Amino acid sequence: MAKKSISLSKEFLKGLWDDNPVLRMLLGLCPTLAVTNSAINGLSMGLATTFVLLSSSIIISLLRKVIPHQVRIAGYIVIIATFVTVADKFLAAYLPEISKALGPYVPLIVVNCLILGRQEAFSSKNGVGRSIIDALGMGLGFVFVLVVLGSIREILGSATLFNIQVLGDWFNPWMIMILPPGAFLTLGLLIGLGNWLNERKVKI
Amino acid sequence: MNLLLLFISAAIVNNFVLTYFLGICPFVGVSKRVSSAVSMGLAVMFVMTITAAVTWLIYHLLLVPYQIEILEYVSFILVIASLVQLVEMFIKKVSKPLYDTLGIFLPLITTNCAILGLALFSVLREYSFIESLVFGIGAGAGFTLALVIMAGIREELELSNIPKPFRGAGITMIVAGSLALAFMGFAGLISM
Repeated sequence: MAKKSISLSKEFLKGLWDDNPVLRMLLGLCPTLAVTNSAINGLSMGLATTFVLLSSSIIISLLRKVIPHQVRIAGYIVIIATFVTVADKFLAAYLPEISKALGPYVPLIVVNCLILGRQEAFSSKNGVGRSIIDALGMGLGFVFVLVVLGSIREILGSATLFNIQVLGDWFNPWMIMILPPGAFLTLGLLIGLGNWLNERKVKI
Repeated sequence: MNLLLLFISAAIVNNFVLTYFLGICPFVGVSKRVSSAVSMGLAVMFVMTITAAVTWLIYHLLLVPYQIEILEYVSFILVIASLVQLVEMFIKKVSKPLYDTLGIFLPLITTNCAILGLALFSVLREYSFIESLVFGIGAGAGFTLALVIMAGIREELELSNIPKPFRGAGITMIVAGSLALAFMGFAGLISM
């Protein structure tokens, strides 16, 4: 839990690495694994999630004294679902291709534990300013992991990055990387790498 | 016969956890012991079956006639949240030890994407009432299957020497990857 003494910049940066939602806290794994078969899908999913996280954080931190404690989870979920509907309709109207590629995973942002987790742990206890910073940091940390994961899988699985060919014809794409097992394997290795880097940082 | 195919497809070929990545949180969180994995799986299966029936009724008898499909997500998640609350009270009353084992993960079934995913998929694929019911049971069975296999492997893993950074979540993901690879062998068993 964040203490008041933590500076705003630290509040922002903790989402990127120390408390990274995916690598450190293992939140929001479903979309992380499901849509990262290309970098562009990962990016759009990350941005959509950040939008929902940011908007619902603002509303919930404004309403934190109004929502009764007993029904708070239901209240949060309704607010989150509303913003997800907005994001879903926006994508379908302006970016139909991406909306099609992400499929049912856009509505599934509603049940992304990352969003509900941040509301419960942060926005319901902090003011609007801090909640915005926290949401932005967490959102960017999420985007970061999704883009890295999507890039690795896209380069190895289809020899392209953001639909531009990066590896020559000599490279035989590893089909497995864009299929479900590739998602699990890549994320497992990334989590291991994150832990390893963290341990070294502590030792030095 | 079609219903049987639908069941097998939802449970094995298109396993929710290993091919759609739905319900990964409990898959990682509750898969340490086989016994708690079984009860968690059964609780999810129960909620899934009821959800499939109730959301179908709400969508086709309420949202479509009044043309308020835009409320789809909001109404589905409310139904799921109240159902989970009901199941929680039921389990607490009937079996206290089971309630204590499941702990925090019981209320978290609400945010289990597998449940909402199930409701969304059956709307998307325009299943009839019976079909979505079978789909719900099949998906629940598939979830239980994946969870129990995973728990079995993790009990063995505890005894093995794993590089330190990979302990916990890292190795779980890699094992899940190999499991997904194994389940891919079922692809083509049924084409739906």
